[in-house]
Amino acid sequence: MHETDMTKALILTMKDWYESQPEKPQIEKIHLIVGQFTCVEPISLKFAFEIQTRNTFLEGVELIIKDVPLIAFCHSCQQEYKPQIGLQYSCPDCKSPMEDIRSGRELKIDHIEYSSLKKQVTSNLS
Amino acid sequence: MHQTFNAAIELNLLHANQEGANHNRTHFDEWGITCLNLMSSPGAGKTVLLEKTLAALQDKLSMAVIEGDMTTELDADRLRQYNVPVIPINTGRSCHLDSKMVAGGIHTLKQEYDPETIDLVLVENVGNLVCPAEFEVGEHAKVALLSVTEGEDKPLKYPVMFQEADCLLISKIDLAPYLDIDLERIAQNVRQMNPDVKIIYVSAQTEVGLNLWFDWLLTQVQNNSLVTTT
Repeated sequence: MHETDMTKALILTMKDWYESQPEKPQIEKIHLIVGQFTCVEPISLKFAFEIQTRNTFLEGVELIIKDVPLIAFCHSCQQEYKPQIGLQYSCPDCKSPMEDIRSGRELKIDHIEYSSLKKQVTSNLS
Repeated sequence: MHQTFNAAIELNLLHANQEGANHNRTHFDEWGITCLNLMSSPGAGKTVLLEKTLAALQDKLSMAVIEGDMTTELDADRLRQYNVPVIPINTGRSCHLDSKMVAGGIHTLKQEYDPETIDLVLVENVGNLVCPAEFEVGEHAKVALLSVTEGEDKPLKYPVMFQEADCLLISKIDLAPYLDIDLERIAQNVRQMNPDVKIIYVSAQTEVGLNLWFDWLLTQVQNNSLVTTT
């Protein structure tokens, strides 16, 4: 369950941002980008986020996860291809190994949506 | 009036762990230590490999072990017999070591031993093919183990671990004759996503291949000390 640790990292990053804001905004949505060639399962991440943000300034915030497919570039064929995770990673045409990953390793907080209408919230994150 | 705004964050979720790992590596470099991160599923043979390594190389290298174990000190007790510093890290319910836990181990190493005299720190990660692959701890190279009893499809199913490995030890090869397994197929499956990985077939039981592993290890220490002292 390393999604729990990822969520902790996410909460700490958001806390830093929140505290750096002069007027405490109401965060509404957090947009994440999660590549398919990572060890993160979006459903587990959403579940962990919901549980771990209870009674914090992030309670009720919507987590939106954009899944990014694994795309590799074959230098022999000079073209991109989509490896089949779990089955085959080498180039389907020339069988060259997957060496150049163009996308699918992302694991980042992309952006957030917030409003300036502050609701009464308490943060008990320590 | 309700108005929403956007703020770009663009920060990796593992940013804090990565910074911690870089910090750990800086310490290792200052002390002239090479650090290797050993990863595999539970029971692939990490601890016995360490036992054989500590026994065989104790005259050539000064070694220490940082031992990740979920709740026990069973593995650490096995390794203490070899008279090297063994620093246990109980990861609690976490399924992998992270850079903060290893920083704790480095702190103990500094308090209780003389890190300047150590050449090699072997980090034994928690047995797990998934999570440890995402959490760098400050190592100079990653070593993955895959035992022949696990099946040749595991690199395809757990690709991140095998894609990141610098060295893959295919362990328990003394059992291969009793199994329906194609050793070459394991290597092919890994090379599909990691063509440059060093693959060594070993058996801790019969000691087949261990010399190749020791050679690889000594080369890592040598190359790393060349890099960090120049």
